[in-house]
Amino acid sequence: MTLALFIEQLLNGIQFGVMLFLMAAGLTLVFGVMGLINLAHGSLYMIGAFLCATVALATGSFWLGLVASLAGAAAAGAIVEIVVIRRLYDRDHLDQVLATFALILIFSEGTRWVFGSFPLYLDIPAALQGAVSLPGGAQYPLYRLSIIVVGVLIAFGLYLLISRTRLGMRIRAGESDREMIGALGVDIRTLYTVVFALGAALAGLAGALVGAIQSVQVGMGEPVLILAFVVIVIGGIGSIKGALIGAILVGVVDTLGRILLPNFFELFMGPSQATSVGSALASMAIYILMAIILAVKPQGLFAAGSQ
Amino acid sequence: MKKLIAASLLGLGLTVSAGALAEPVKVGMITTLSGGGSGLGVDVRDGFMLAAKMAGNKDLEVIVEDDARKPDLAVQIADKMIQKEKVDVLTGIIWSNLAMAVVPSAVGQGVFYLSPNAGPSMLAGKGCHENYFNVAWQNDNLHEAMGGHANSAGFKKTFILAPNYPAGKDALTGFKRFYEGDVADELYTKLGQTDYAAEIAQIRASGADSVFFFLPGGMGIAFMKQYAQSGVDIPVMGPAFSFDQGILGAVGEAALGVKNSSQWSKDIDNPANKAFVEAFQAEYGRLPSLYASQGFDTANLILSAMQKADVKDADAFRAALKEADFDSVRGDFKFDSNQHPIQDIYVREVIKEGDVLTNKIIGVGLEDRSSAYVGDCKL
Repeated sequence: MTLALFIEQLLNGIQFGVMLFLMAAGLTLVFGVMGLINLAHGSLYMIGAFLCATVALATGSFWLGLVASLAGAAAAGAIVEIVVIRRLYDRDHLDQVLATFALILIFSEGTRWVFGSFPLYLDIPAALQGAVSLPGGAQYPLYRLSIIVVGVLIAFGLYLLISRTRLGMRIRAGESDREMIGALGVDIRTLYTVVFALGAALAGLAGALVGAIQSVQVGMGEPVLILAFVVIVIGGIGSIKGALIGAILVGVVDTLGRILLPNFFELFMGPSQATSVGSALASMAIYILMAIILAVKPQGLFAAGSQ
Repeated sequence: MKKLIAASLLGLGLTVSAGALAEPVKVGMITTLSGGGSGLGVDVRDGFMLAAKMAGNKDLEVIVEDDARKPDLAVQIADKMIQKEKVDVLTGIIWSNLAMAVVPSAVGQGVFYLSPNAGPSMLAGKGCHENYFNVAWQNDNLHEAMGGHANSAGFKKTFILAPNYPAGKDALTGFKRFYEGDVADELYTKLGQTDYAAEIAQIRASGADSVFFFLPGGMGIAFMKQYAQSGVDIPVMGPAFSFDQGILGAVGEAALGVKNSSQWSKDIDNPANKAFVEAFQAEYGRLPSLYASQGFDTANLILSAMQKADVKDADAFRAALKEADFDSVRGDFKFDSNQHPIQDIYVREVIKEGDVLTNKIIGVGLEDRSSAYVGDCKL
């Protein structure tokens, strides 16, 4: 494997990680602040992708679609929080899982009802088409580089939001002591709605960005949701920093595992056997990573209480 | 009173069934209607239902359930359909890993299984069964035709990839059976994978002169979109599963001009096919895919056997199925001794008709192709 190829694969891993971060950030905020397990986070991702595809098709502009996906997913998140989630904060985690699982079914069937079972068309904007040359001679798709940049900007923005603003202060306070912050006169209901909408908007953005290079279809959110849960468990529930590092870790391990493991097994077995053993092991790699990290640090890398 | 009516109806039913072949046939369809592979299942179901509707045969009763591409769920549904619903015929499964989980035990319990899509090599060779019929193809078939095409297109070093499940292995085996050039590298991806950046980087680094990929449904869409953006410009090809009607609409212009192989195409010139394509468009407002054609043929095969035999007489019904006395939308169609089709496999090209991307036949890849495993089958 040449250095150029390795760098390219590393970038692929980071780009995948950054995408996961956008999903995991909302999930971990909602869990950390409100103590709520939200399985329907993947549906908000799907809503973002469908809104982007629909608006882009109607107006011819991907950028308008992106704005629509942000706004639409945030709105959907706020509505869901007010109508359903609000009633679940005091309930058992099992009730939350059940109710948000019902939301997945409702969103999936609703989307199928409106858009049908067939994937929608969504292409990336003309300005981001094609590939650029990296130092070292590797070619890399411009769009994926842009995703990395967007993800890093959002991570930085979230950091500023949480550590430097009044809203962020309240979010942190809400994480450490919900009752006390309510007693101090902070409108906790609105705070919860805002945090939930923020997480939804990030998921919607991720859906729209990914929709342009994958397929926009019903059920696209659930596989990502599982990975996002792995990320927040690795990173430590409630920690944005943990989500970022966990996401990059999962992205890089998954991508490099897919490439390196089959090559590794080829050293001592036949190519076709090596591919199947390597591929099988590669799909387990992130779960093995999760198991190891949990064995060493049961609370995850950056558990909310310890930061 | 109710009892009396029921009894007389029952008596009536008995006399009728003794006179004619009016015993209803109960078909259980287990197919993928949700998740990443739902487009395929929806097409099979719609094709099947269209044929049932066009025939208007009241004795064909169909129950449909969604397996969500989960083998364990498919097994549960199959058990329920066989034991509780008492179905005579099972059909509908899209994915070979699900077929391997369901078919052997279903046919073992005396139910007929007619495959409208999956054709794993295991079930075509040593694992063949007198109650298992494949109406679509053996998994290797379409890929074999592409292997032959790669030779005539002059490719010398092809990069091949497929998902890591039984049909993916059959696919690459099939391709290599006829391909005479070198394989640059062989990759198995995860079933349902949506990001192919790492694989595309491997392709770029491999120095291949062409890419053959088998990625059905959403996987194919994701791969083609990402490939088009990667700056890699070596030609791609694949079976029809990577370029079916559902995929083309979502991939767009990037697929234009790509060669792929199929046992069916909407421009096959025969009356049955013309009627099918027209009726499908009228009923559902979209172009049919090969999956829809397979569902349509499966239903027509069952209907043809119902004309000849009573489903309760398993031997007679099996013989009637084996005759394959129906007008396939593919034209010539007959079963080999392992109860898999002998049929022509065409090479198609993706073209633009008005605003719509679709496929057009440019030649015959393999004529009267049976399956490579027929010799291993003891039927």
